[in-house]
Amino acid sequence: MNTKKISFRVNGQAVTLEADVRESLLEALRNKLNLMGTKKGCGVGECGACTVLINGETIDTCIYLAVWADGKEIRTVEGEAKEGRLSKVQQAMLDEGAVQCGFCTPGFVMSITAMAESGQTFTTEEIKKELSGNMCRCTGYQNIVRAAEKVLQK
Amino acid sequence: MFDIANYEEARDLEQAIELLTKDPRAKLVAGGTDILLHVREGKLPEAHLVSIHEVAELKGIHLEADSTIVIKPVTTFTQVSSHPLIREHLPFLGEAVNWVGGPQTRHAGTIGGNICNGATSADSAPTLFALNARLQITGPAGIRTIAIQDFYTGPGKVALTQGEILTAIRIAPEDYRGFSGHYIKYAMRNAMDIATLSCSVLCKLGDANLVEDFRLALGVAAPTPIRCLKTETAVKGQTFSKELAATAGKTAVTEVNPRTSWRASKEYRLQLVAELSKRAFREAVAKRRNPA
Ligand SMILES: Cc1cc2nc3c(=O)[nH]c(=O)nc-3n(C[C@H](O)[C@H](O)[C@H](O)COP(=O)(O)OP(=O)(O)OC[C@H]3O[C@@H](n4cnc5c(N)ncnc54)[C@H](O)[C@@H]3O)c2cc1C
Ligand code: FES
Ligand code: FES
Repeated sequence: MNTKKISFRVNGQAVTLEADVRESLLEALRNKLNLMGTKKGCGVGECGACTVLINGETIDTCIYLAVWADGKEIRTVEGEAKEGRLSKVQQAMLDEGAVQCGFCTPGFVMSITAMAESGQTFTTEEIKKELSGNMCRCTGYQNIVRAAEKVLQK
Repeated sequence: MFDIANYEEARDLEQAIELLTKDPRAKLVAGGTDILLHVREGKLPEAHLVSIHEVAELKGIHLEADSTIVIKPVTTFTQVSSHPLIREHLPFLGEAVNWVGGPQTRHAGTIGGNICNGATSADSAPTLFALNARLQITGPAGIRTIAIQDFYTGPGKVALTQGEILTAIRIAPEDYRGFSGHYIKYAMRNAMDIATLSCSVLCKLGDANLVEDFRLALGVAAPTPIRCLKTETAVKGQTFSKELAATAGKTAVTEVNPRTSWRASKEYRLQLVAELSKRAFREAVAKRRNPA
């Protein structure tokens, strides 16, 4: 079997694992590190359910090879709540009722978190454009956009 | 799991060429946003991949001593649009690549991959055509440079032989100095959709709105991206007016050869050619008057 030993950080913790060269980062996170928060929707880069932050940028992990994670800094939804307290983005999503079935939520949380940490403010139109890589089958988007506005339009 | 039978991670350019040359089946992977989908869809069974994802010498943008702008292929769309050299000299190229997919696609997809996949819908292509971009290609036999127009040889086909790698996109100062430009992507949705038709206009106006130079390039109007050279000749040396923009659009229609596809009929695309060329011309001129 063709594998490669890779080391990276996930949610602040150093990890080392044997990655199969055929594996997506999504599969490695879920199957090897038990980080089930990151979801698999489409598997082809369309829906954003598998979004994590790699070196601060949102990436669809379903079309990102696990071996490329070597040396990178990764953040998944599991690292966002600290000491039992939700992050600002998570709290805003809860307050605005931006979650129905919840399948898309981890991806949206990571996308909105990246925007919040950019230090910029966003118009509603800009928020919609920045969230265009994340899809939701249930909410109708209004509540998600409102949650994003709450965090991004100070 | 992806159906990958063999995977090699290139350390540097030299090794990437060596790995590609050794294995005639091997395909390059940069950002993977095209090729990993092909693997997933079963179009490339038991894929052999050579990755340039981590090759530092193939990333970045710089200015040469003679002011040529050099864009390395493994630069992501996000890095292209946010780069200070692009913002200063080629803002219209940054705007064009900002229309690719969603943010996640722009963080992973590269400008080199966008050209090398040969798609006529590639969002970077029309503007690079209008800029007379020259492509530096490195292979086992050395380095060659060709015009982007000669690189596209048919739908999904480019002039690369096994072992060759696109190593730089070069834009000469005479092709960007004094130009303003505008790109329009017409798609069925505002985001996450590929172009039904796309259009890039670059222009340079002199005194009294004289059109000193004019470049018009279209995507999805033919099997490859194209320049409308007849239209360019007709427009150059004229005084800019709304009528001239409309004439440019009408002339462009005579130079294209779009197909009917599930996205749009040939007739609809012809109408888009006229309309988008006109609008992009007007916008390019408007941008010159109000430098951002
Ligand atoms: C959800 C989604 C939406 C998308 N939307 C758009 C869109 O709106 N507009 C658009 O234009 N594209 C779009 N794309 C397509 C894709 O993202 C782009 O074409 C991207 O630029 C490909 O770059 P890459 O580095 O990921 O390519 P890869 O998949 O790594 O490679 C693409 C091809 O180019 C070859 N290649 C790559 N680099 C080189 C090189 N340096 N030298 C020689 N050959 C090379 C590879 O062998 C392969 O054949 C979308 C893709 C996805 C998944
Ligand atoms: S599962 Fe990755 S984008 Fe849909
Ligand atoms: S809440 Fe169900 S997919 Fe978004």
